[in-house]
Amino acid sequence: MIRHLLSGADLDAATATLVLDTAAEMATVAGREVKKLPALRGRTVVNLFYEDSTRTRISFEAAAKRLSADVINFSAKGSSVAKGESLKDTALTLQAMGADAVVVRHPASGAPHRLAEWVDGSVVNAGDGTHEHPTQALLDAYTMRSRLGRLDGLHVAIVGDVLHSRVARSNVLLLSTLGAKVTLIGPPTLIPVDIAAALAPGTDVCYDLDAVLPDVDVVMMLRVQRERMGDSYFPSAREYARRYGLDGPRMRRLPEHAIVMHPGPMNRGMEITPEVADSPRSTIVEQVANGVSVRMAVLYLLLGGNNR
Amino acid sequence: MAYPPAAHSSPPRQPSVKVILAAADVSRVVDRIAHQILEKTQGAADTVLLGIPTRGVPLSRRLADRISTFEDVTVPVGVLDITLYRDDLRRHATRAVGPTDLPSGGIDGKRVILVDDVLFSGRTVRAALDALSDVGRPASVQLAVLVDRGHRQLPIRADYVGKNIPTALAENVKVTLAETDGADEVRLYGGSPA
Repeated sequence: MIRHLLSGADLDAATATLVLDTAAEMATVAGREVKKLPALRGRTVVNLFYEDSTRTRISFEAAAKRLSADVINFSAKGSSVAKGESLKDTALTLQAMGADAVVVRHPASGAPHRLAEWVDGSVVNAGDGTHEHPTQALLDAYTMRSRLGRLDGLHVAIVGDVLHSRVARSNVLLLSTLGAKVTLIGPPTLIPVDIAAALAPGTDVCYDLDAVLPDVDVVMMLRVQRERMGDSYFPSAREYARRYGLDGPRMRRLPEHAIVMHPGPMNRGMEITPEVADSPRSTIVEQVANGVSVRMAVLYLLLGGNNR
Repeated sequence: MAYPPAAHSSPPRQPSVKVILAAADVSRVVDRIAHQILEKTQGAADTVLLGIPTRGVPLSRRLADRISTFEDVTVPVGVLDITLYRDDLRRHATRAVGPTDLPSGGIDGKRVILVDDVLFSGRTVRAALDALSDVGRPASVQLAVLVDRGHRQLPIRADYVGKNIPTALAENVKVTLAETDGADEVRLYGGSPA
């Protein structure tokens, strides 16, 4: 087993499948009377969050607690980081406290990779800048597999702000490893030139959502990340919604079995309409529940044994 | 005509292998445990068999099959994976987690009989008892094993034993079953050559 989970590309097909299979077993714990397993008793997991996040942090916290690990939450606001402490000094502090795993979210792309060089424990990337978010890709893959029964041969459309999306990057890497075909869709300004070839061969790019819809098994809508962009990427929110938003009529053009995903938080009315978000095809709430199971699997596989 | 080995030559160093139970013996032993379960539980009412992977699972299915043949009662069968409850997780590379599959009727208030192939240190059973208490509250728990080889490290005993095999610690008991290994057999490896 690998020591850190930094990128969707860290996992080969066998390891990724092991994570998904383990997550399926972890999911059964949620239905039990005692929602706790003793596997990580005495281990310490630090949630090191330099960026605001509700669902990812809570998801990791719930996952670690269900495995009986001790959890320390560290958010940059109100900490020594606000006083100017560097990432390296924070890392060494965590190291001295005996953290077995550090779950890190950071606005700078690549921060978890640096962190992994400084600490002895395992590092899990919980989102770094506009780079990667591998556990989100794993929970998306898990959701697709549980809804559609397979990943190999699926056609997945990832729609929207690919440029700023760490979710899209990790998903392209992981899904292509697992045999799915990905098409990236969005306005040309939000899809970097050559990104498809750079991430994974076989990935397509298309600027017309309607042309692709009848042919996909999964539509993954990305959040328009207003905090990461000026206003210059598309003329107006309304024009974006009209060309790349998923509404009822577009949803009805999907094949019967196709599902609609969104990593959250949603901009309702922007990339997705409430009609679609609340429809039975939408897996948005399921994704959150699956997130805990997948993160339990990742923490168990990284920390459960003696992998040094 | 073969000469006896010369007195000064040391005995061969290959590990010895001894077949303790052949296929027909395994079948008889399983039959006997099934009868004992029926006798001790007075007809196996409210009883659930839970197999501990790997080889406890096919054994529990065989026991249920035998019980239904002998007395025409259906005993629910399930699987109890104990990986996450082991006390040696950190001594090995991460172990893959297997499925736990409880019968649809659940185990609350039932008599649960845990089934495993070999009873040795007792640590597996300790883990199984912990796992069991997290998935329900049985009325009572019993233990059935194909082989008891001794050397307990915990205060645990079996209610149904197929075969007691006195062993040395250095020896190794290996159970193979048709479902998992292609053939039924119990072998004793190592120790002094017989």
